[in-house]
Amino acid sequence: MRLISVRQWPIIVILFWILAVLFAQLFDLQPNAIALERILAAPDGEAWLGNDDLGRDILSRLLAGAQVSLFIAITVTSITLTFGTLLGLVAGYFGGWVDRLLMHITDVFLAFPGILLAIAFAAVLGPGLNNLVLALCLTAWVGYARLTRAQALSLRNRQHVLAAESLGATVPRIMGRHMLPLLAAPLMVEATYSIAGLVIAEASLSFLGLGIQAPNASWGAMLRDGVRYLLVAPHFVLAVGISLMSLVLAINVMGDTLRDILDVKR
Amino acid sequence: MLKRLLAVVPVVFGVLLLTFLLVHLVPGDPVEVMLGESATSADRAQLRSELGLDQPLAIQFKNYLVNLSQGDFGRSIHTHTPVSVLLKARIPATARLALLAFVIAIFIGLPLGIAAALKAHHWPDKLATLLSLSLSAMPPFWLGPLLMLVFALWLGLLPVSGMENPGSIVLPALTLGFGLAAILTRMTRASLLEVLHEDFVRTARAKGLSERTVILRHAMRAALLPVVTVLGLQLGGLLAGAVITETVFGWEGLGRLLVESIEKRDYPVTQACVLVIALAYVFINLMTDLLYTQLDPRVRYS
Repeated sequence: MRLISVRQWPIIVILFWILAVLFAQLFDLQPNAIALERILAAPDGEAWLGNDDLGRDILSRLLAGAQVSLFIAITVTSITLTFGTLLGLVAGYFGGWVDRLLMHITDVFLAFPGILLAIAFAAVLGPGLNNLVLALCLTAWVGYARLTRAQALSLRNRQHVLAAESLGATVPRIMGRHMLPLLAAPLMVEATYSIAGLVIAEASLSFLGLGIQAPNASWGAMLRDGVRYLLVAPHFVLAVGISLMSLVLAINVMGDTLRDILDVKR
Repeated sequence: MLKRLLAVVPVVFGVLLLTFLLVHLVPGDPVEVMLGESATSADRAQLRSELGLDQPLAIQFKNYLVNLSQGDFGRSIHTHTPVSVLLKARIPATARLALLAFVIAIFIGLPLGIAAALKAHHWPDKLATLLSLSLSAMPPFWLGPLLMLVFALWLGLLPVSGMENPGSIVLPALTLGFGLAAILTRMTRASLLEVLHEDFVRTARAKGLSERTVILRHAMRAALLPVVTVLGLQLGGLLAGAVITETVFGWEGLGRLLVESIEKRDYPVTQACVLVIALAYVFINLMTDLLYTQLDPRVRYS
């Protein structure tokens, strides 16, 4: 008998990271404390994952980075999910020029591949946590708007929506009570994948120096520092890279599982 | 066909408008940000008029479009080199990198996807799925250093970074290609699995064709259609991935130029790089769509 099925391990990994971030608050970790005698020290009893180029404890910084990463991913997802869904509902429900305008705007946003637009926004807005969140918000809403709009378009002519309409239900009520519940499943799947994408996006921008600024820890910035000392201190890059990969992989697999359970077509 | 071509026009216009507006998103005065605090007010006034920032927004946008139509992307504010010269110098390096990555992805992704579909739910499938899932959780700034560590530093087979050596392209191309190979594997597997149950595959088998011919000639031809769309989208996506990969490996391409210009706050260069990458992406997507209509006679753009 297997104790843990394949389906359960992503939840364990995700819980591990959430608990790690929460528990890190209890201990007085000092991710920014410099110890010159331990520069690039290999993992040992004192520092489980070794020390970085300024002798800072990699494990503490890893946890601080995880906190930033999860905070940004969840904040941006909450904001863009709300905003994008609302836009998509309005466009899909009303149709006409509202819909055409929204589709033109999303088409333009989708004309920038991958992370390029977030890089461009972050570049002009300048570095820092707030601007990083803003740059990611400006690009991440598009997926939700497209998805919701497409679904709303077909829901709009369903019997129960038409019935509610003819009984005189207000537009917000139709959207909130009669359309949104049917959209919840695909949106949940989309949001799960999006959290993984945002963890990578945050790390990418920080890697390019556009995100979290020194001395504060972030996975992307740590990887950038780590690459410089790849030969003398491979543990630095490996610790951060494996952490990032474990989290992203777990969230993606959870997304796949959710999609199968909720029977959402992508 | 014509409809699809016309649909590109508003998108291109929007892309131009958005890249034009980028500089105006700079909090405060972009001229001050670009020149730093030590600049005199005369310097600022000069740059402002050089960039046309002292004119109304609509006039600025008109001038931007007119200049672009003449191949004029403005000048770097630091070196005063025309941006078009910088672009011309960097585009070939990125094109080489992206194309090699594309080829690598096809040579890994297609066979792996086919193997996974033919042996669905057995170990080749599980291995391919594990591999593609792991690779898609490895962004270039983690996969790149990992490959660097193994192949350059530990095994000493390839150069670490730079582009002097002919072997220098291998690691960045692998970094970029592996990510796409992961997507391609999953797409090919799903697409081929769907087709394998179709009547025409059974017919092909029933008339005694070899399994090889059935798969490669009959099933793959149908299964490739959705794969082509994804490939087209992803070839353009490689250009965005190249921004980070080039930074990891010090590959002097368009992506590196973009990142350097951001570090130096050289906005005309930043703007031009973003624009070129986006337009290339739009163009590749258009070509993919048109190719799709050629491959699948059922889809016709009237």
